[in-house]
Amino acid sequence: MKLFAYAAVALTAMSAAAAADALEDRQNLMKERGSLMRILAPIAQEKQPFDAATVLDALEKMNANAQTTTDVAALWPEGSNTGDTESSPKVWEDMAGFQAANDKFAADTAAAVAAAPQDLAAFQAVFGPVASNCGSCHEAYRM
Amino acid sequence: MSRSGKFLLSLTVLALAGGAAFWFASAPRPLDNAALAELEGGDAGRGEQIFWAGGCASCHAAPGATGDDRLVLAGGVRLETPFGVFVAPNISQHPQDGIGDWSAGDLGNAMLRGVSPAGQHYYPAFPYGSYARMQPEDIGDLHAFMVTLPPVEGKAPPSEIAFPFSVRRGIGLWKMLFLDDAPAVALDDPSEAVARGQYLVEGPGHCGECHTPRNAFGGLDKGQWLAGGPAAEGEGTVPNITSGEGGIGDWSEADIVALLESGFTPDFDSVGGSMASVVRNMAELPQSDREAIAAYLKAIPAHADGS
Repeated sequence: MKLFAYAAVALTAMSAAAAADALEDRQNLMKERGSLMRILAPIAQEKQPFDAATVLDALEKMNANAQTTTDVAALWPEGSNTGDTESSPKVWEDMAGFQAANDKFAADTAAAVAAAPQDLAAFQAVFGPVASNCGSCHEAYRM
Repeated sequence: MSRSGKFLLSLTVLALAGGAAFWFASAPRPLDNAALAELEGGDAGRGEQIFWAGGCASCHAAPGATGDDRLVLAGGVRLETPFGVFVAPNISQHPQDGIGDWSAGDLGNAMLRGVSPAGQHYYPAFPYGSYARMQPEDIGDLHAFMVTLPPVEGKAPPSEIAFPFSVRRGIGLWKMLFLDDAPAVALDDPSEAVARGQYLVEGPGHCGECHTPRNAFGGLDKGQWLAGGPAAEGEGTVPNITSGEGGIGDWSEADIVALLESGFTPDFDSVGGSMASVVRNMAELPQSDREAIAAYLKAIPAHADGS
C-alpha cells in the first residue's frame, strides 16, 4: 500500500515535471520562430536586402521548428495548461483543430523550403502563406 | 394609529419613494428629435469605414471569419464575464431575426444611448459607453452601409445573466454612473492627427473597453485609461498600450501602425485572441487613420500596468 502511495506521488511529480518541460520546450520553439521572423519579415517587407542563402537558411530552421510542433501531444500534454502559459484552454478543448493548425504551418514551411526562392518576388510568394499562420493560430489558440 | 402601524406606514412611504426614485433614475433616455434628424441621409461608402472602425464584425460575425464572411452578422459570439455570459445578437438585415427593420434613429438610440427600439436598456457589453462619443452623422452613414448587407436567418441564443444583473432596469443606474460622451482623457491642444486618433480610439474603436481596467461595477477606471489589466472577458491579461512601465513606450509610431496593419509586434510576435480580429478591422482603414491612432497613443498619459 505504502509502495503504491510512493509510486503515485512519484508519478504525479514526474508528470508535473514533464508538463513543465513541455511548457519550456514549446516556449523556446516559439521564441526561435520569433528570432527567425526577425530575419525573414524585414526582407519580405523590403527593409533588408534579399539574399537567397540567408533566406533559405532561415526557412530551413523555421521548417525544422514547425515539423517539431506537429507532435502536439508531446508539447501540449494534459496538465501543461496552467502556470506561465499563454496557450488558450481551446488548445485542449479542440486538440484536433490545434493539430490541424500545426500541420498546416508545417506544410507551408516545407513548401517554402522546397521552393528555394532565388529572388524577392519568389520569396514573398511563399513567405506570405507561412506568416499568415501566426495570426490565425494565435487568434484561436493563444490568449 | 399604533406606533408600529406608523412605523410600517413610514417604511412603506420610504419604499415607494425609493422605488419611484429608482424608476425615474433608471429610465431609458432615447435621443431627442433634433439628434434623430442628424442621422438621416447617410452615405454608405463612408459608412463602410465606420463599420470597420467600429469593429462590429469582431462580435457579430463568426469567430475567425475572414473576407466577405465578416459581413455575415449572425451573432452568437459569447463574452464570458463576471456578470454572466453575453451572447452577441444577430444584427444582419433579417427583418425578424436581425435588425433589418431598424431606422437610422433606432441604430442611433442603440449606439449613442444603449436603448433598444422597444425602449429597453442594452447591457454595456455592447460598447455604447464608447460609441456614445461618436458623431451622429457617422451613425447615419453606418446605417446606410448596414442596409446593404445580407439578411441572415436565425436568432443567436439568449445571454446567460445572473440576478441581480438580469434586471435590465438596473442598467439605468449604471448609465448614470458611467455613461458619458465626454472625452476619456483631456489632451492639451492636440494636433489634427491626435484629435482624429482620440475620436477613433475612444469612440468607434472602443479600445478602452478591453484595454482599460474596470471597477467592481463594471465601469471603466479612467484614471488608468488604456493601462491594460486582467481581461474583463475570457481569460488572461490585456496589454498596457500607454507609454508607462509595461506598456509600449519603446515602440515608435511606425511600430504601432505596422501592428494595426499586419498584427506583428516590433519583435515579430503576432497578436492573438480577440486582437487578431481587431487587426483585420484596422487594416481596412486608411493609413492616415492608423497613423492617427498611433499619434494619440503616444500623446495620452503614461500608466504602469493596470489592475
